[in-house]
Amino acid sequence: MGNAEARLEVLTRINRAVAGVQAPALPAYPQCERLEREAMLRQFQDRIEDYRASFQRVAQTEVAGAVALALAGAERVVVPAGLNPAFLPTGLHELHDDPPLSHAGLDRAEAVVTGCAVAISETGTIILDHGVDQGRRALTLIPDLHICVIRAEQIVQSVLDGVQRMEGSVGAGRPLTWISGGSATSDIELVRVEGVHGPRRLCVVVLD
Amino acid sequence: MSGLHPPKPFPEAARDKVSQPQLRANLRKVTHTIREKRLRAVGEVPHWEELRVLGEATKDATLANLSDRLLQLEASVKARGGQVHWARDAAEARELVARIAESHGVDELIKVKSITSDEIELNAGLAERGIHAIETDLAELIVQLSHDTPSHILVPAIHRNRAEIQALFNRELPGEGNLSDAPAELAGAARRYLRHKFLTTKMAVSGVNFAVAETGTVCVVESEGNGRMCLTLPEVLVSVMGIEKVLERWEDLAVFMELLPRSSTAERMNPYTSFWSGVTPGDGPQEFHLILLDNGRTDVLADATGRQTLRCIRCSACLNVCPVYERTGGHAYGSVYPGPIGAILTPQLLGMADKNANTLPGASSLCGACFDACPVRINIPQVLIYLRGEANEEKGVTAEALAMGAVGYAMSSGWRFEGALKLARAGQGPLVRGGEITALPGLLGGWTQSRDLKAVPPQSFREWWRQREGADG
Repeated sequence: MGNAEARLEVLTRINRAVAGVQAPALPAYPQCERLEREAMLRQFQDRIEDYRASFQRVAQTEVAGAVALALAGAERVVVPAGLNPAFLPTGLHELHDDPPLSHAGLDRAEAVVTGCAVAISETGTIILDHGVDQGRRALTLIPDLHICVIRAEQIVQSVLDGVQRMEGSVGAGRPLTWISGGSATSDIELVRVEGVHGPRRLCVVVLD
Repeated sequence: MSGLHPPKPFPEAARDKVSQPQLRANLRKVTHTIREKRLRAVGEVPHWEELRVLGEATKDATLANLSDRLLQLEASVKARGGQVHWARDAAEARELVARIAESHGVDELIKVKSITSDEIELNAGLAERGIHAIETDLAELIVQLSHDTPSHILVPAIHRNRAEIQALFNRELPGEGNLSDAPAELAGAARRYLRHKFLTTKMAVSGVNFAVAETGTVCVVESEGNGRMCLTLPEVLVSVMGIEKVLERWEDLAVFMELLPRSSTAERMNPYTSFWSGVTPGDGPQEFHLILLDNGRTDVLADATGRQTLRCIRCSACLNVCPVYERTGGHAYGSVYPGPIGAILTPQLLGMADKNANTLPGASSLCGACFDACPVRINIPQVLIYLRGEANEEKGVTAEALAMGAVGYAMSSGWRFEGALKLARAGQGPLVRGGEITALPGLLGGWTQSRDLKAVPPQSFREWWRQREGADG
């Protein structure tokens, strides 16, 4: 590599700088009080609504209805290959990413419906590891509305729980996207504006 | 002002800023709003102090084995199909980015907010080679279109009000011209302008919040989605990271994903965080370059007291609690790193011989609020005091030191002090303006550069006391 010299010099400087410095032992990760399952789900709902995203909690048989409600009339819907077809209402113009949709093609979609890998109740965070029911990263980025269907057992309480659950995905080299509410900015006089470049609306459907 | 180098000493730069009432009012509002919101976000976490201690220890452990961690990161990124480059200084980093752009025949690229790229003055460096870098963060775009510089780490255009942004966008954004001053409408215009760029630009440059040595995973934390756009849609991605951003294990990220958003934007979690490891076939850029930047960091690492500065995760909590930042704003610091953290980071990165940067450790009341706010427990006041000592050594014997010696001698006995006061009262006449001396002559001018001096009063306490005794008889 062309900058082997730079590499050697930086490494030498570092070794000289920290010669004899001992790494401190890490204290234990502080644990929060464990919530009962139901309290955790209520916490997740509270956090999602606090981000002004929409939230529905439904039984297995009601998912398609909940998704239809969240779609609010949107018809051109991107659907990842591995998404359970039972989650979708009938009569949609489904867009499939095979062959891969162009950026312009994705830009013409009105919504995307996905699953997720894990969700965190304390922070209201949804983690995608872009598995077959979530699709590649661009799919949840370009359409204006993202509907995410989460199975209740995918919800964990703490950030540490979420990170530990993702160890396998990261170890396998998968990219991750963490989503906490919709796209937002406060850059003009600290006034919060929702919907800048990512999806302007996030709808969460939790499936019991 | 651009990059790290302050063009003026801090006291001189600050004097202009503190006399602008509008700027002070804006800053006060912003810092107080974020400060209060942050207290709520932090107050929600019962074990916040333990998290801070863990964050501190995690960073210190990585820094103690930094070369091993970087070699591990290099190997992991390469194993995932990425390329790794090393840059000793800003010029080397700029050259690396420019060469990658040129190898793809790119004359325009998109950027997601990266203070590190501002530190190395990347945009100007690319412009010299005929490559235009477009900022995609809303605030950075405002700063770029108005040929201005950022004034805050988190909200870089915080010194601009909506009317200024309205005029700017109406003038500069193609196809606009009738925008109102509503923030939602202004953000909408930025969305229209940037969307086309996101969908069609071939190359992007990003910063890095954290990188995990063990897995080769790089991470960018953001709110607007411009980060996701830059990291996902172009064919080529170049990420520039300071060498101190590396962590050892995947699990080490958890504590920082708890500490950073609550400290920074005062949210439980920021809207979007992207993690990627090298190249993912069929998803995102198919060419990825990671640039590891030193640019003075190894000098900071070599200093046992200053080393803790490298724990910084750029949350900006220290800016929002600092009484000096609140009154001067970020531009007074003259560097891409403003506020308390900038007051210790900038002079250390540049070296204490830099005559303008070495005035920055004086930009503090030493109230300690920055240390309390810091999520990784950087003892900023301690480093400030230490660096003030270093700055004095650089200066050698100064007029201030001589004057202090003389004052010490005069004050060591009552009669000497009284005599000195009488002399001073006689001598100060032409210097006093409204009971204060704002500029001392000659070598003593340094003392009044950053403070006003109360004039010696017509009667001293000792004189008054004697007179009173005499009157009581």
